[in-house]
Amino acid sequence: MTTPQHSVARPRTAPIAAGHPAIEFAGVHKNYLSHGETVAAVKRTDLAIAQGEFFSLLGPSGCGKTTTMRMIAGFEEPTAGTVFLDGKDVTHVSANKRDVNMVFQSYALFPHLNTYQNVAFGLERKKVGKDEIKRRVGEILEIVSLTGMEKRSPKEMSGGQQQRVALARALVNRPRALLLDEPLGALDLKLRQQMQIELKRIQREVGITFVYVTHDQGEALTMSDRIAVMNAGVIEQLGSPREIYEKPATRFVAGFIGTSNIVDGRVERVEGGLALLSYTAQDRVVVPVPGSVRPGEKLEVSIRPEKIDLHRGVPPVTATGGSVLSGTVTEVVYHGTSTNYTVATAAGADFTVFDQNASNADDLADRGDRVYLTWAPQHSYMIGV
Amino acid sequence: MTASTLERTAPAAEPAVKPRRRLTGAGFMRAYVWVIIAWLVLPIAVMILFGFNDTPGRYNQSWVGFTFKWYARLFELSNLTQALINSLLIAVVSSVLSAALGTGIGYALGRYRFRGAGSLNLVMFATISSPELIMGASLLTLFASLQVGLGAVTITIAHVMFSISFVATVVRARVMTLDRSVEEAAADLGATPWVTFWKVTFPLILPAVFSGVLLAFALSIDDFIVTNFTAGTTETFPLFIWGATRIGIPPQVNVMGTLIFAAGVLFAVIANVRSRKATKKD
Repeated sequence: MTTPQHSVARPRTAPIAAGHPAIEFAGVHKNYLSHGETVAAVKRTDLAIAQGEFFSLLGPSGCGKTTTMRMIAGFEEPTAGTVFLDGKDVTHVSANKRDVNMVFQSYALFPHLNTYQNVAFGLERKKVGKDEIKRRVGEILEIVSLTGMEKRSPKEMSGGQQQRVALARALVNRPRALLLDEPLGALDLKLRQQMQIELKRIQREVGITFVYVTHDQGEALTMSDRIAVMNAGVIEQLGSPREIYEKPATRFVAGFIGTSNIVDGRVERVEGGLALLSYTAQDRVVVPVPGSVRPGEKLEVSIRPEKIDLHRGVPPVTATGGSVLSGTVTEVVYHGTSTNYTVATAAGADFTVFDQNASNADDLADRGDRVYLTWAPQHSYMIGV
Repeated sequence: MTASTLERTAPAAEPAVKPRRRLTGAGFMRAYVWVIIAWLVLPIAVMILFGFNDTPGRYNQSWVGFTFKWYARLFELSNLTQALINSLLIAVVSSVLSAALGTGIGYALGRYRFRGAGSLNLVMFATISSPELIMGASLLTLFASLQVGLGAVTITIAHVMFSISFVATVVRARVMTLDRSVEEAAADLGATPWVTFWKVTFPLILPAVFSGVLLAFALSIDDFIVTNFTAGTTETFPLFIWGATRIGIPPQVNVMGTLIFAAGVLFAVIANVRSRKATKKD
């Protein structure tokens, strides 16, 4: 049997290569008073974001991601802990003295100023010379493709254009880090996808650290170098998009990022780094485990829907090395490129299976069909390794 | 078959009924609107008209003939002219003062939650709703007990006192609709709180401050009750008119009233056009 591959992918940027991280949290904690009760929005968090990294804070609403970002910007002061920017303690430095800039969810453009005046606002505060301002504003407007829009007021622009103005207004100051608070939330799907690519391009061009807050896992996966998945004030997992997708550290991460099938079971035996969980005589799940796992232990195993093969008859012998679960199809949803099945399995859990509509398009299973799900051992992932 | 027949007959039946119903309804509404407009405008029209009345004596109550002479002899009565000057000065000073103070209060109430905000709201509402007679009498008692000489200064203090709440209420309403993140954006871009206020917040609440000033000016220039208590020997435009009723109101009063009204209309039109321009941009 093959040994499980634990090193799926290295993060694209080494977390902290040399020198100071762009942003660092040391034991940062934030309490809120809500109706006389103390609520922890962010709990004792350590975090280091590298220079030039595209870093995402991902989580459902109320998970503390926005509070985390606002503590970086200086709009919230932590209840405990220290915030470092570029190695300097800025915990008690007000927002207007911090060398980071933010793109607000609502864009927060100055409605009484035109595009040029909006973008020049930060430079004017820094007492940059008129000619220099003119040059830099022109430069940044070109990067965000808004040349010629200088005289427009925010009201006369589309959502996408306002978004670019907000981006330019922040970037023109050449901040240590750019903070983006769900910046694409208000745009329609097509524009959002376009802006995702654009944002990535801009980040490469200017080479500034981006901290991106989002609840959209797809957005985080496609754009980020690293992602911190947050839930209830805690970072549940921090890693590259691949690590987070392929090797979720917690049940929450497995469920929040993409679709996961999660199955519980007791270890029957361990053999060559693989644990066997069996449900009936032929229904079993095989999962790579560390050496410390002993028979009798309870495990949570996550399997991605696209890794599973669906067979209408008894599975071929080649698949017998891995997991096999029999079940009944309860739902079939045709998606064009793929078909999604919901299968009630012998393991007790409902499984979601994505079946590519490659060549077996006429081989679709129907509701009520008896099917077998199989997948290779390395596609089972024990949660919490 | 049945469905298509129904479809064909229905539109044919409709025009016969609908226009008549619409006409009676619309006719009534139109008449109603004109009655209301007449009700509001008639007294003002009478005032303007009698400014052109070629009346021989002091009595200006019956129409004699048309003339422009009162406009030419507008400043002939030195007492009246002085009263008007007093009123204008007091109105300008008190509206500017209450704008400055009321904007601060309105901003604080609209933006922050603080200890005493509730009672401040209550006090403001009380000054707006309390009868002027009571305010005037109590102000007189206050000034008398402090042994402050009555005059233009005490009138101004009194006017600021009742105008502040109006300005603060208007400004507060505007501040509450402002997107908080716009000010945060200014801070984020390096603006100090002071710069943020003057470069971002103030331009955005300026329309509200402007209407607050107009309101305070209008309240001040025609105030009689509170002014009467706090004036001492100083005479304002409304006090002069009150005094003149017994011996006949000179036509110059109508002319001045007309001019003040015209200025008010002018400001209202300007404000209206400006806000229409602003909404058009939306």
